[in-house]
Order: sequence, then structure tokens, then C-alpha cells
Amino acid sequence: MLAHEVLEDLVQVLGRENVLTEQEDLLTYAYDATAAMKHHKPDVVVAPLSTEQVADVVKIALRHHVPIYPRGSGTNLSGGTIPIEGGIVLSMLNLNKILEVDQDNLTATVQPGVIIQALNDEAAKYGLLYPPDPGTVTTATMGGSVSECSGGLRGLKYGVTKHYIMGLQMVLANGEVIRWGGKTVKNVTGYDLVALFTGAEGTLGIITEIIVKLIPAPEARKSILAVFDDIDKAGRAIAAIIRNKVIPATLEILDNATIQTVENFVHAGLPMDAEAVLLCEVDGYKEVVEREAVLVERILKEEGAVQVKIAKDDKERDLLWLARRSALPALAQKRPTTVLEDATVPRSKIPDMLKAIRRIATKYNLQIATFGHAGDGNLHPTILTDERELEEMKRVHMAVDEIFETAIALGGTLSGEHGIGIAKMKYLGLEFGEAGVAALRRIKEAMDPNYVLNPLKMVRRD
Amino acid sequence: MSVYDSLDSITEELHKCMKCGNCMAVCPIYKETRKEVGVARGKISLAEYILSGEAEMTKGMADRFSLCTTCMACNTNCPCGVRFDKIILAARAEAVRKKGLHPVKKIAFTALKMQRMFDFGMKAGSIFQGVALKNAPSRHSKLARMRVDVGIGKEKLFPMLSKKTLRSEFPEVVTIKNPKMRVGFFTGCMINYFYTDIGRAVIEVLTENNIEVVIPKFQACCGIPASVNGDVDSACSLAKRNLRAFERMGADALVVACSSGGTAWKHVYGELLENDHEFKALADKWAKKSYDISEFLIHQVPFKKEGLGRVRRKVTYHEPCHLNRGQGISKEPREILKSIPGVELIEMKEPGRCCGMAGSFSLVHPDLSVQISDRKTADIQTTNTDTVATGCPACRLQLQSGIENAGFDREVLHTVQILAESYRVGK
Repeated sequence: MLAHEVLEDLVQVLGRENVLTEQEDLLTYAYDATAAMKHHKPDVVVAPLSTEQVADVVKIALRHHVPIYPRGSGTNLSGGTIPIEGGIVLSMLNLNKILEVDQDNLTATVQPGVIIQALNDEAAKYGLLYPPDPGTVTTATMGGSVSECSGGLRGLKYGVTKHYIMGLQMVLANGEVIRWGGKTVKNVTGYDLVALFTGAEGTLGIITEIIVKLIPAPEARKSILAVFDDIDKAGRAIAAIIRNKVIPATLEILDNATIQTVENFVHAGLPMDAEAVLLCEVDGYKEVVEREAVLVERILKEEGAVQVKIAKDDKERDLLWLARRSALPALAQKRPTTVLEDATVPRSKIPDMLKAIRRIATKYNLQIATFGHAGDGNLHPTILTDERELEEMKRVHMAVDEIFETAIALGGTLSGEHGIGIAKMKYLGLEFGEAGVAALRRIKEAMDPNYVLNPLKMVRRD
Repeated sequence: MSVYDSLDSITEELHKCMKCGNCMAVCPIYKETRKEVGVARGKISLAEYILSGEAEMTKGMADRFSLCTTCMACNTNCPCGVRFDKIILAARAEAVRKKGLHPVKKIAFTALKMQRMFDFGMKAGSIFQGVALKNAPSRHSKLARMRVDVGIGKEKLFPMLSKKTLRSEFPEVVTIKNPKMRVGFFTGCMINYFYTDIGRAVIEVLTENNIEVVIPKFQACCGIPASVNGDVDSACSLAKRNLRAFERMGADALVVACSSGGTAWKHVYGELLENDHEFKALADKWAKKSYDISEFLIHQVPFKKEGLGRVRRKVTYHEPCHLNRGQGISKEPREILKSIPGVELIEMKEPGRCCGMAGSFSLVHPDLSVQISDRKTADIQTTNTDTVATGCPACRLQLQSGIENAGFDREVLHTVQILAESYRVGK
């Protein structure tokens, strides 16, 4: 329980309406979007209206030794916002203004509570685009997205969140406010704290303002769908497209288990016995897009696709993407619990990874369907289960362990875009070794020696 | 087991939710409050805590469950197919079982059950309403504002009670020569007491299409205000009363011009009366022949196009949640509007976004209701139109109130009124 003075101090700074203390409200901040996680209720939820108020909250927390858990929309998939030690949940949703779109410098300045789609809608008015597009683009906040360094479907050509963050204002664990980076393309002044804070999952400081890079929105796009009867052929086709110097904006794969589920769900016209489907989208200038689409079509046929379709208009394009968009919803309706992983491998290893996942599914007698961003090696093996079935959940955990081991053995990483949070903390040694984990901890302790900010996430406290 | 019987009935529905939070993208309440408890995911979690025994149904819980306009936008956006509309009904019914009904609602729903007293009160009200309400200037219809704030703010505009109720204006059977069909008209309260002009338009359009209209005198409130607030007993007795009234008069089909009424006849009565064999059969029978007026005119009649006169209106159409998402009727009203000579249909941004009225929600959460309405009003204002059409008297009231308060000029009408106007001009 929180000392009464803490609440009094918080109310004094934020006003009563921005401090939630009733059970019925607190219970709704005990979880995020991560499946099968233990809930933890915070002691209080606060929603500051300014950077100064955020700094004041940090000072109060520091004075009373209370942990702070920053939170955007709570859509992350790593347990990253769960208030595991109680304390204060710091909702950033009231800091939701787009402060500026700068057409001359191709930047936008936003507060952390802005929803990604809102930024894109605003940028679109100027013919500009903010490329990172995680599946939660209509719900996730910019602050959360920067803190988790989210990816999305356009990673292959456009990169991920960290490639678009130019400057940050942050409140440090001692309550001081600093600005780092800015609107300049070049900036080598000091350590790159902007890079460090991007993907830090709120463990080093609290982001209160973000300057992002925008790009001119592509003029045209074209989608191509290819069906394969052999997973290796699909894998070779991915490599062949890249080898021919075409970098599609998006290159997605669906495996047989996903195809069957999706087909039963939306009847998108995919052959049920297909081993893999590749979905590719090229974008850019109209003339370039025309050329690349024809080239991609030829490559796919040469690599043995049994069927290739190019969308002629937006309507056909939407139809092609229906299968991909329906992948998660279709899978999620099969069983109550959906464990969605994001182990990532170099793209040349995609066929190996897909085959390993299938072997693991058989070994542990589980339903695992895999889809994902084949072009950047980021797969989403999705385990369909029910968290009430305890024996099955044991097998799920063993399967997850093995998926991670496999990804690392193939030269990949634990997490491509979901982050570490609580869910993957115990696996860090696999990727970094003990020395690496210790290095992480020294960085954490340099920035937040008292473990006030999002404690017990990413970094173990020994 | 229906959602009205027990919270256990929604266990599987709750388990479907994977807490992805996609509901946040579309929830009108969450967009205003930005608090997790405002959105479906938050309330689903609360229901789970109650079912697992980790939390109790407190008054605070009941208050949180009142935070939903039942607009069903989250249903449509849910990747897991969670029917949140069922969850909220079950949670509210549970709240009433455990904590009783909100005192104001208790008085209101009891009054609705006692039709004759209600009629008397409404009649007296139409004479004495000037005491509590003062006329608000409007070119298009009689609106009024509260003179004193009784806890719902003075911003809200009300339509003035009609001097004569719709049902007393017409005989029980509106006969015509050689009718091709006999149709029952379920008026609903708003059309009977306030917006009698919508009711007249329905009767006008039906008779114009050679259809005999039956308006049973003993019909009552549809019961939706009670059922969505968890007052299952009141809802059941109203459902039975209505079924009896229409069964006695008999009709080939039943039409409504109100989205709550349509939902009641098509879906809710069958669920409410699930455990009553006799009435369940009756409810199912009438559900099969119940239609929204626009649906009826397009698919069942179809309405005659000859004789339609020119109506010069630039119209934007607002989708009532319970007509669009609740009954899947979205194309039909537009089709009617487009077939009227002279009418130009101009779409607003997000026509399917909830207007924030949601029946008694607007009384319990007046500020929130106005905030949600303001967005709708702004979307209407940016269209180059002179008329807003909709398919629900409650939406009509909310839209009118928003437009009057914003101080610009648009006439808000039910789609069927514009069709009636066209037939009139054509003569």
C-alpha cells in the first residue's frame, strides 16, 4: 500500500481528476495486451498534462521510493507496462498533441500520447508519411512505440521506429528534463541518447516529446500474391527478389496452418493445400512500380510459384491483403489464448526457421501457425492454446523456449519488434551471455540507480 | 441461458477477448476520457474479476458498467469476434440483481410499465411542460431547454411533448381500399409522444403504397431502456404486453421507425422470454416479420417510384448504431434518399460514429454525451448540406440538440419524412 502522503503529493501536483485511486479503476491497469501474464494492480494511476508534471511525479516517486510504470495504450506484447511491483502507473494519454509538422525539414514533433495513426493522418495532409506501421497503428501511442521500438509490415524497405526518431525530450530518473537530438540529419554531439532511449522500454527515462523524421509518401503501389507448394521454394523466392535488387515495401509469408485457418475464416480464395503464400508490395514512382511488379512476377514464377496474381486496382489489392490482415484475427478465434512470438532470423534462414517451428509444434503436440514479415526475417509463430489448460500451458512454455533457442542458433534474435519486458527477460543470457546482461544492468543503474522507472523489466535486479 | 439471467452466461465471450485493445480505436467514450475503464477491454477485465471472485459487484462497478453507449463499434472492430454488447447487458443485469436499480431509472422504468398513468402524465406534461422547459428558438421544430438544472445540465435540448399523441391521432386500423398488405406499426415512445411527425410520415408512406396500417392501442414502450440498464423484469413485462397487443390485431408484417424498437422486436424479445415457452414462440414468430421502415420499403414492398415529387435538399445521413451495426441496415436508407428526385446525398466523415445519445446514458453522463455529440456536430457542419437524415428518433433529438447548441442551421429528419415529403410534392 502506498503511504497517504504520496497520494496527497500526487493530487497536489496533478489535481484530483487526474489521479485514480478507486479499485474499479486500478484493476483496469493491471494488464496489457500480453497473453497469459499474471496481473498486478497498481496503487495509483496518474495522467499528467505537461512535462513539468511528469517531472514532479518522478520526484515524488523518488522521494517516497515508489516505482513508476509509464504506459501508453497498453498494447505491447511483452508485459512491458504491467506494474509488477504496484506503485504508480503513469498514463501518458493526456499528452496527446501533434505540436508541429515541419515540411521544410521533413519532421514532426509530437507528444508521447499521440496515436500513431493520428500522426499519419496529419502527415498525409502534407503528402508525407511516418513509415513505422505496427499492427496496432490505430491504437498504440508514439511514446509506447518509441519505447518498444516497434516494427511492422514496412520494415524491409523503410526500417523500423528507431530509424525515424531524431530527437527526444525526456524526464530522467532524478526528475531532471533533458533534450537530445533535434531536427538536423547529422548530429554527433555526445553519446547517442536518442538511440539509447528508443527501445529502452521506459526503464531509463520517460519520453515527453518526440521529433520524428517524415518521408514523402510514395506515389504508387502494387501488390502481388504468390502461392507455393513447397516452403523451400518460397524461401528461395524471397532471396531471389532481394538478389535482383528489388526491395519491396512489404514481403509477407503465411504458412500452411495459417492459410487453412484464414481460408476457413474469410474465404479469400487461397488453395488449402498450399505450403506457403508470399504477399509482396512494391511502392514508389509509378514507372518504377510498374517495372518492379513485372520483375517480381517473373522471379516468383521462375522460383516455382504455382500461382501468381497481381492486383489490378485498389479493390483487388484489398482482396489480396484480406488473407494477411485476417491472419491474427482468424487464428485468435480458434482458441481463447493466442501466444504471439516474434523471434527473428536473417531472412536467408526463413525456411529453416519455418521448418524448425513445425518440428517444435509436433514435438510438443501444439497448434502453431506461423505468418510474418518474411522480407525482414521477423516471423510470428502463433501458439493457439487456452491458459486454463495448465498441462498444455507447460508444453507451450517449453515450445517457446525452444523457438528462442532455434532463432539464436540460426544467428537471429529473441525479439524483432515486441520487446523484452517481463516475458523474455530470462532469455537475455542466451543472446548476450552473462557479460552482456551485466552491461545492460550497468547502463540501467547509471541512469536509474534506484530502480524507480519500470523496474523488473528487461533488466534483472540482483 | 440468456445474458439477462446470469453473469456466467458470458464466460466464454469473456475468454475470447485477448486484450489487444483494438476496441480503443473506435470507442466513443474512450476517445473522450482516455481511461481504460471507458473502453470494452477495461470493462471486460472488470467482469472477469467479478466472475473469478477477485472483485465484487460494488456500486463503483455498476457505475463503470454504465460507461457504454452500446454503440457496438467495438464488436465490429474486434479481431476475436467478442460480442461486447452481450457482455455489457449481462454485467448491467448482474449489477441490478446485486445492487438494485439506480433510483431515477427505477421511477422511470416503473412509469413506462404503467401505460395509462404514463399517458396521463405525458398529457399533463404537454400542458404543463412550459413550467420546467422554455422554448428554444429553432426554425425547424419545437425544442426546449430545461429552465433549471436537475442534474443533467441546461445544455440539453428536448423536443416539446406533442399536444396529441400519435396513437390518439389515428384509428387503430387505418383502412384503405383494396390493400395489398396489412402492416402493424410499432410506434415506440419517442414517436408517439414527441416526434409524431415521423409517425405520420410512416403512415403516409405506407398508405401511399397501398398498405393498410394497424396501430394497436395497447402497445407500450419497447422495453429497451429497461433491458440495457439491467431491469430485466420491467423489460419482460413490456415485451409480453407488446406481443399480446400485436398478436390480438394480427398483421402480415410489423414495421418500426426507431432503431431501438427494431432491435427489440428482432432480437431482444426472444432472448428476454427464452424461458417462457408460450411467449418465446410468439416472440420468434414476430421477430421473423419485423422490419425497419427503410428495410421494409426496399426489400418487402418495394416502394413505388412513380409519383415522387422533386425535393430540393442536400442531405447527409447519420447512421444510428442500432440500425447500422445492430440490424445491418445501412444501404437501404441511402437507397431511398437517392431515389428521391432533387435530393443530393453528401456523406459526412464517419457517418457510423455514435452520436452519444444512447437513451438514458445521456441523462446519467450528460457531459460525456455532449462531448461525443460535439464531434458528430462538427462532422455535420463541415458537410455542405441543409438536411441531416437519420433512422432513429433518439439520434434525431441528439443531433438537433447538438446543432442548435452549435448555432448553425440544419434540419434533422427521419429518412421516411423526406420520402413522405416527396410523395406530397408529387401530387
